[in-house]
Amino acid sequence: MDPAQALADLAEISSQIEVAVLFDDDGAVVGSTVDDADTARALVRGALGLLEGAGSFRSEGGRVTQLEAATSEGSVFVVRGDGRGIVATTGPQPTVGLVFYDLKSCLRGAGKEPEPEKPKRRRRAPAAENEAGSDEA
Amino acid sequence: MKRRALALAGFATGALAGTVLYRRSAGRRRDRVDIYFDDGSMVSFVEGSPEADRLLPVARDVLATARR
Repeated sequence: MDPAQALADLAEISSQIEVAVLFDDDGAVVGSTVDDADTARALVRGALGLLEGAGSFRSEGGRVTQLEAATSEGSVFVVRGDGRGIVATTGPQPTVGLVFYDLKSCLRGAGKEPEPEKPKRRRRAPAAENEAGSDEA
Repeated sequence: MKRRALALAGFATGALAGTVLYRRSAGRRRDRVDIYFDDGSMVSFVEGSPEADRLLPVARDVLATARR
């Protein structure tokens, strides 16, 4: 599934999410529900700032996989997967578990390799059938 | 009789005011940041802590940018 399709599915299934932006580990925008590219880039910069700030609070150096910043105006969610991340905003007091689940599904969908084509079944060679027919006659 | 009615009204008013105050304080949620790590651990920082006060302004900027 391509990132645009994954984001379209996310927007369809999650009414709580206002905007969402998919990004690479290097901060490049991969896909977005926002039309304006500058806005999408600014959201990714904010998300990377949150991840970096959150990671610095731990002396043992654990990797931050997801975070939620909840304010009275709304919440910011950031989820990081293998090589990609997603940032999304919601209104105040969202259903946290559901939003995280939807964001992870979107991230998985956007990163999934296309499924290989099923091998086609070989048809029996017509020559063998003819031979069988001639034996009977 | 009048005294008893006044006492009853006073008690009812006090109970109502107490209920409203309790619900208001319980319903107010503080701004916070929940962080999840790859080892399965999670930490939560509420507004007023140095960690939250560093991250919450960034989150508010993100929200403002998203709603521009």
